[in-house]
Amino acid sequence: MIEVKNLTKRYGGVKAVDDISFTAEGGEVVGLLGPNGAGKSTTMNIITGYLGATEGTVLIDGADILESPKKAKAKIGYLPEQPPLYQDMTVRRYLEFIFDLKKVRLPKKEHVSEVMEIVKISDVADRVIKNLSKGYRQRVGFAGALMGNPPVLILDEPTVGLDPKQIIDIRKLIKSLGKKHTIIFSSHVLSEVSAVCDRIVMINNGRIVADAKTGELSEAVSGSGILALEVEGSAGAVREAISAVEGVKRVSKGNGQSYTVEYESGCDIRRGIFNALAKANCPILMMRPGGLTLEESFLKLTEGGED
Amino acid sequence: MGAIIKRELSSYFNSAIGYIVLAVFTFFSGLFFYMYCLLSNTASMSYVFLSMLMIVMLVIPIITMRSFSEERKQKTDQALLTAPISLTEMVMGKFLGAFLLYCICNAVYVLYAVILAFYTTPDWAVFFTTMLGMLLMGGALIAIDLFISSLTESQVIAAVMSIGVGLLIYMLDSLSNVINAEWFTSFLHNISFDAHFTNFINGIINLTSVVFFLSVIAIFLFLCIRVFEKRRWS
Repeated sequence: MIEVKNLTKRYGGVKAVDDISFTAEGGEVVGLLGPNGAGKSTTMNIITGYLGATEGTVLIDGADILESPKKAKAKIGYLPEQPPLYQDMTVRRYLEFIFDLKKVRLPKKEHVSEVMEIVKISDVADRVIKNLSKGYRQRVGFAGALMGNPPVLILDEPTVGLDPKQIIDIRKLIKSLGKKHTIIFSSHVLSEVSAVCDRIVMINNGRIVADAKTGELSEAVSGSGILALEVEGSAGAVREAISAVEGVKRVSKGNGQSYTVEYESGCDIRRGIFNALAKANCPILMMRPGGLTLEESFLKLTEGGED
Repeated sequence: MGAIIKRELSSYFNSAIGYIVLAVFTFFSGLFFYMYCLLSNTASMSYVFLSMLMIVMLVIPIITMRSFSEERKQKTDQALLTAPISLTEMVMGKFLGAFLLYCICNAVYVLYAVILAFYTTPDWAVFFTTMLGMLLMGGALIAIDLFISSLTESQVIAAVMSIGVGLLIYMLDSLSNVINAEWFTSFLHNISFDAHFTNFINGIINLTSVVFFLSVIAIFLFLCIRVFEKRRWS
């Protein structure tokens, strides 16, 4: 659905985006994660055709954003970091303007009310935008992006500056929209990305440092799987039994009866460990995947970054 | 394009700008009409139009000053530039929006002509060529000032620069006395708005003058498009 190939953007001598490639399939929610100044907004601005890339291509559903911009742009709903709102218009007028601007071919009145219903701004429909609170403005911008039901949504930090309840609302909204739309959304809030996205593309200093399914990210980062265990029995026997299992790289003992096992990523050592420890008569009290948390992965990847 | 024209026009009248421009235009044209036509018992409105040139030079920058600069400052240009419309459509929409407001301002002359018609028969042919000249010249100025507005994020800078350029254009003819060279004088005369406009006031539709104003419009709208194109790639 969205194909980004070898995107590079130079500002003078500085590379803001450096050879970024990723794809997002239909119905996928991809999170673009990275510290401030990592190149998230620049990437999004290029995808939406607001900026031109120094090198590389962007395909939206097969249409090149440079070669057939009208076709590609018609498929995108874009919410920039600062929603592009005309302060002097009422919410309804603004949305009708965006409707006309995007040349949407749906019944206008019904569609505008429907979108206002989705983002819950019907109660401020006839208020002038400059008098709205930040949360409402963000949602009006969101409504603008949804105008015409575009198959692709690009959302640049849609939850910045909102209160916790609004953040939860917007996340729910993105999640429900993710069933029908392909969504790329950026954030530097880790919990948000893990709560909403199917996949995470991590960017730092303009480069992709990780691209993995949300659950697999820590494994992708550390290069090995980690299992946390609590086992009864003498430390020597436990260590010996676990080390003998195929695929185990390292065993380290924590407090009391807890152990951390590092193993080669890709293989499942849980059965082996169960059997080995059973044979050694050391009962397993607890076993759970103990990978890096998203925060740890993030810090590990962005160490030495600008933030 | 229609969406942008509609928004431009409504934004003029959502703010005070539309009303102020209309008020200033009506006040001065009314004053000149009273001074040159009613007081001196003439049916010729040519002095009214000639005196209005200065006012037009000052009013058009007020119309165009925020066209692009405000969009850039408020970042609303992101909505326009990521919408499925071409840059040409966007710039044309802005131009036609401003031009329509200018046309509304000019409608007041028709009222004056009708008032004159009660007392005498105005020379309608001359009146209409002059109106055509007013619109063409205004269009050319709007295109120039739109270009200036696309260069900056500040409305004030756009307005001041536009007024400066407007005054320079107004003075072009008198500048020809400064350097006494044949080619320079004829060059200035050829690009002088005043000289081309005078043709229309005399009731002549000179093809050269029509083409001149249309070319100025085309060139500056084109430059405007280039500004956006360049910004995208820099």
